[in-house]
Amino acid sequence: MTTVLLLTATGLGVAALYFLVASGLTLIFGLMDVLNFAHGAFVGLGGYVGWTVADRLPGSPGLVLGLLAGVAAGAATAAVTELAVIRPLYGRPLDQVLATVGLGLAIPALLQAVWGADARTWTLPGWLAGTVGLFGARIPSVRFLLIGLAMALLLGLRLLLGRTRAGLVVRAGVEDREMVTALGIDVRRANLAVFALGGAAAGLGGALFGLYQGSVSPGDGTSLLVYAFVVVVLGGAGSITGTALAAVAVGLVQQYADYASASLGDESVVILLAAVLLLRRRNLRGRPA
Amino acid sequence: MSAVEPVNTAANLLELEDVRVRLGGSAILHGVSFTVAAAGVTALLGRNGVGKTTTAKSVLGLYPATGSIRLDGRELIGLPTHAVARLGIGYVPEDRGVFAGLTVAENLRLAEPREQPKAGYPRVYELFPVLEARAAQPAGTLSGGEQQMLAIGRILLRRNRLLVVDEPTKGLSPKVAAEVARALKEVAETVPVLLIEQNLSVVRTLAGQAVVLDTGRVAHRGATRDLLADPARTNALLGVSTARADPVRADTARADARGGTA
Repeated sequence: MTTVLLLTATGLGVAALYFLVASGLTLIFGLMDVLNFAHGAFVGLGGYVGWTVADRLPGSPGLVLGLLAGVAAGAATAAVTELAVIRPLYGRPLDQVLATVGLGLAIPALLQAVWGADARTWTLPGWLAGTVGLFGARIPSVRFLLIGLAMALLLGLRLLLGRTRAGLVVRAGVEDREMVTALGIDVRRANLAVFALGGAAAGLGGALFGLYQGSVSPGDGTSLLVYAFVVVVLGGAGSITGTALAAVAVGLVQQYADYASASLGDESVVILLAAVLLLRRRNLRGRPA
Repeated sequence: MSAVEPVNTAANLLELEDVRVRLGGSAILHGVSFTVAAAGVTALLGRNGVGKTTTAKSVLGLYPATGSIRLDGRELIGLPTHAVARLGIGYVPEDRGVFAGLTVAENLRLAEPREQPKAGYPRVYELFPVLEARAAQPAGTLSGGEQQMLAIGRILLRRNRLLVVDEPTKGLSPKVAAEVARALKEVAETVPVLLIEQNLSVVRTLAGQAVVLDTGRVAHRGATRDLLADPARTNALLGVSTARADPVRADTARADARGGTA
């Protein structure tokens, strides 16, 4: 029982990370049809910038400022990427993808050049470093922070998409971008906002991944990105709730399978993806294939 | 937008001159030139695949075109679509462009102009009461006819100089098609319309002027009445002998005839 609880908490913690990364990916793909391979780079950058701040400033203030710095780094990099790389290539989807692939390779290389290839240890403040007892299981406190922040993001995104005019434009743009522009709405502003928001979530994800692992390393973003793509496919592009559910499914399946056999964790995710794709018979955008 | 001030007072609102569009390496429009009058309905006709929708989309800036497309003398080519829309060109696309996952109210809210966003609602609800009744319903659950009404009603919330309406009666039952045509006729009393339409009885009822495209070129321009009065020419240009030979279309025509008093 305690094992199940621990696995579930770990699975949900990982799911929180997947959701933080995938929520931006899914909105960017849904709205702009851009498969953003640079998203992992936003994660990596958020992790390193967050770690740098937290490393200089110990304790809880350093943690909070580190997370905020990770968010800011992710948002700023994503905004610059949209303006300088994606926007000049509007209408050339293949070139956009190739440019993001290039950035996705270049930024981690840059991280490695600046901070070195070895993992940097992220020392947690005392209250976060321990475990919490739950029905006899000792759950690391960090997991709760991850889950809480991911749920806050889910709630915030749902409110933003559901209650605001900007959210309305994004939801409509996910369905039919051309028609949104034909109604006199400049969809480029929505593109930039979604990119920046997605980058902010990815940056937070990167910093939280650092807390979760107790360290940051240059390949962090890329390793999370693979699972985030699976989550996007499972959840349906442009759907925040679908993405959250898919993240939970992937996180839990991965942890349970990993416990059953150490090599099964990653394979189980692929099997889950194949099964859902075969059974659903819909394409990435959630429409019948 | 101050740009909606009329620049010229000529009878022509929209002028296309030698408009050419290439898509995916092949030429779709080979130099299309015609004008749209500042009042009433101008029909854009032609068989499937001659470039009617491409013409509409190039007016909206949705396809890259060369040549000249002028609204009141102002060049539209090169403007992004949202800027064309803000100059007062309202678009009802062939697939209706209704956001299926959004409610009817949300679809309408998206189209609200920045100034006086609510001013257009009474007229839209008067034309299409069903939109008010179904405001909270997802647009995807509406019938085809209701979706068409939403697509037209939505654009009427804006201040339009010209409406570009692509096949509004396509796929609708004769009764519903007649209802949509009747609404368009009322709309055209205040806003000029460029209407793409296959249903010749609808064209006959609504459009004073007709432009016929054939393989990316203008094959005929003139009064709709004259075109449709010449069965041989109509057949040569549009591939139909008479509109009323088709039982479905004849039904629409009868519904149209009743429409005036119903």
